[in-house]
Amino acid sequence: MQVHKYDVVIVGAGGAGMRAAIESGQRARTAVLTKLYPTRSHTGAAQGGMCAALANVEEDNWEWHTFDTVKGGDYIVDQDAAEVMAKEAIDAVLDLEKMGLPFNRTPEGKIDQRRFGGHTRDHGKAPVRRACYAADRTGHMILQTLYQNCVKHNVEFYNEFYVLDMLMVDEDATRADGTPYTQKRVAGVVALELATGEIHIFQAKSVVFATGGAGKVFKTTSNAHTLTGDGMAIAYRHGIPLEDMEFIQFHPTGLAGLGILLSEAARGEGGILRNADGERFMERYAPTIKDLAPRDIVARSMANEVREGRGAGPNKDYVYLDLTHLEPEHIDAKLPDITEFARTYLGVEPYTEPVPVFPTCHYVMGGIPTDIEANVLQDNETRIPGLFAAGEVACVSVHGANRLGTNSLLDINVFGRRAGIYAAEYAKDADFVDLPENGEAFLENQIESLRSAEGTEKVGALRAELQEVMDADMQVFRSEETIRRAIDKIDELRERYKNVAVQDKGKRYNLDLLEGLELGYLLDIAEAMSVAALHRPESRGGHFREDFPDRDDDKWMVHSMLYRDENAETEGVKGIRFDTKDVVMTRYEPMERKY
Amino acid sequence: MTTTFEPTSTTDDAGAVDSFTVTMQVRRYQPEFHEEGYWESWTVEMHGTDRVLDALHKIKWELDGSLTFRRSCAHGICGSDAMRINGVNRLACKVLLKDLDTSKPITVEAIKGLPVEKDMIVDMEPFFQSYREIMPFLIADESQEPTRERLQSAEAREAFDDTTKCILCAACTSSCPVFWTDGQYFGPAAIVNAHRFIFDDRDEGGDMRLEVLNDKEGVWRCRTTFNCTDACPRGIQVTKAIAEVKQAILARNI
Repeated sequence: MQVHKYDVVIVGAGGAGMRAAIESGQRARTAVLTKLYPTRSHTGAAQGGMCAALANVEEDNWEWHTFDTVKGGDYIVDQDAAEVMAKEAIDAVLDLEKMGLPFNRTPEGKIDQRRFGGHTRDHGKAPVRRACYAADRTGHMILQTLYQNCVKHNVEFYNEFYVLDMLMVDEDATRADGTPYTQKRVAGVVALELATGEIHIFQAKSVVFATGGAGKVFKTTSNAHTLTGDGMAIAYRHGIPLEDMEFIQFHPTGLAGLGILLSEAARGEGGILRNADGERFMERYAPTIKDLAPRDIVARSMANEVREGRGAGPNKDYVYLDLTHLEPEHIDAKLPDITEFARTYLGVEPYTEPVPVFPTCHYVMGGIPTDIEANVLQDNETRIPGLFAAGEVACVSVHGANRLGTNSLLDINVFGRRAGIYAAEYAKDADFVDLPENGEAFLENQIESLRSAEGTEKVGALRAELQEVMDADMQVFRSEETIRRAIDKIDELRERYKNVAVQDKGKRYNLDLLEGLELGYLLDIAEAMSVAALHRPESRGGHFREDFPDRDDDKWMVHSMLYRDENAETEGVKGIRFDTKDVVMTRYEPMERKY
Repeated sequence: MTTTFEPTSTTDDAGAVDSFTVTMQVRRYQPEFHEEGYWESWTVEMHGTDRVLDALHKIKWELDGSLTFRRSCAHGICGSDAMRINGVNRLACKVLLKDLDTSKPITVEAIKGLPVEKDMIVDMEPFFQSYREIMPFLIADESQEPTRERLQSAEAREAFDDTTKCILCAACTSSCPVFWTDGQYFGPAAIVNAHRFIFDDRDEGGDMRLEVLNDKEGVWRCRTTFNCTDACPRGIQVTKAIAEVKQAILARNI
């Protein structure tokens, strides 16, 4: 076992992690640990754009952007955080341009902007052109540009080092009012070097989690195979709460049957959703902005069309994304990648044929709670000194119950940057926390028991069963009955997981073992999502309860906070404690959400 | 007003291809258990629009968990799963099985020219080393930065559009016969990424990069076999980009 010492350790090298690294690396001795090579991160799969009120093509301002973000999130967005994001969006885009990002340009040579779902002029009057973009590979260009600048600044990467545990210690502390409490402190992280199978401990004054989402809980997802909720689960296992886990975004336009993302930019550029009868059904659900309504509304409308028998295809189980009225040159210039996906994977020619689409699990709005300085919270207000999180793994909360398109690329840049700066500043004055004795033992035991297990269960089979039940019972429509079914199944799978065995008995690149560990995270996260969903008897944003179809602001205008606590029980599930946290409101009172 | 159109029959058939069996013949390298590499075959039942990656997953998840390969996004964006499939470099997630001749075994091997670590996993470090050497970042005088964005015309932006698509999968470099015999050669991917900056009118480091690529292991090693262009999963005109860099060296008297 090797021990390394850094001022700042960043876990994850997607957009948030590398944006943090660029800041931290210039201020403090920094290492970035990543389970993949940095340029493999899923930020690269983002397509449509990154919103900022540059007002390059029409009137716009950050206050409108804040309002859209709050309304889009169905009002449980923390408004102070949304304001920070919308304000800093402008510099975030300009910073990327200065780093070299090749944005598409206006005829005057300025950064071009286009329409995106839920982004409007003057508080919902009409769609506004706010999304800055590089064709339909904006995420790819952001990931490449951030990596390029990490190379420029000599950021130290540990590629294919998979962080599997965090080293934390509990300290007795006293609050200002004299009450005693237990303060969590972070001492470092434990990682598995994939190439050798060796365990490494990284001691650090500051640790930044930027590990991304957990889309692989579902079968139909736009997410990469590697998005298994690692960071969320590691924090959760150490008693850190998970916030708002019931809010999961299903992106309307996944390629039917495959879940591969087709950007909302397709609709921003004029694409239209149609049912089997050819009807533009969004006119019925969102009369003002139609196909450019926020994703939760569009996804639910599509699922409803299918449910009511107006789906297309041999099994009537998808709808169409119609681009055939757009000029082929326009499609080639603005949407080259996604039209290529339709050709490659479904054999459909988007110039002349409508593309079969259906909602796909895309984004987790919830995550590790942080404040606006990206500092992780151990309860509703207590910071864990030196522990930070940014990007999809975190819940700051700028996305509330439903994230607007483009706001994730913005989130990673704004809060990734903040995490890097605050982590480095904290490390300047802080001392190292002493490493706990045998800090590696937990992980070593976990790995050895999994590698040497003689069980009869297979990782792939259990994961497939988990993904099936989540697709069936925790997707766009939920009810107590479906959620209970999911929880029961997860409970069964957790039992069977104890009897799982991996076939690869080697040390080098044991990805079989890795998938076994990832499945453990997926099960924890799926359970948290389901229990949170059951415990919120209302419908809001991405969380729709058929048994409680209305929003309930009197009782549920709050964040949910889930804790692992062996003495507690929530909704009949042992080991989980439920709490709520107030939403931060500054200038917007909740209104009915119509588009 | 509600507009309508007639759905075409072809899309109704999308994905409606029958299941079929396919034999995957995979080049294994398991240095902890066997000194030498060897071939192993599995026959699996696959469906409609399944890809080579799906067949490898099926083997790994159901038949042999030790089969090892990198993959992440599974739709051609992350660049993890470049492999030699039936003798040519492709991303396993972008090759549909039904587009191959499934009456014969489909061969899958690690990409060539980089040290094999285990099965399809190669050491990517030499590849990224070449990439870093061409200074793959915008070089501009930071004291001259405007408060807003730099202006750039759509035409100037178009000049390097093609080479911004690169996902660093190494399919091009590891398809190059020059690279196979001389690992010191920068290889197509590094040149593509140099091109992306040399032809960006905001960049001021072009001459430095051209200097690097004018080296004996630089662009002049290219023998225009077009393997790289054929291998690129992003459709980048790699050989053309290399030719443009050669011309720039001559034009700028490097």
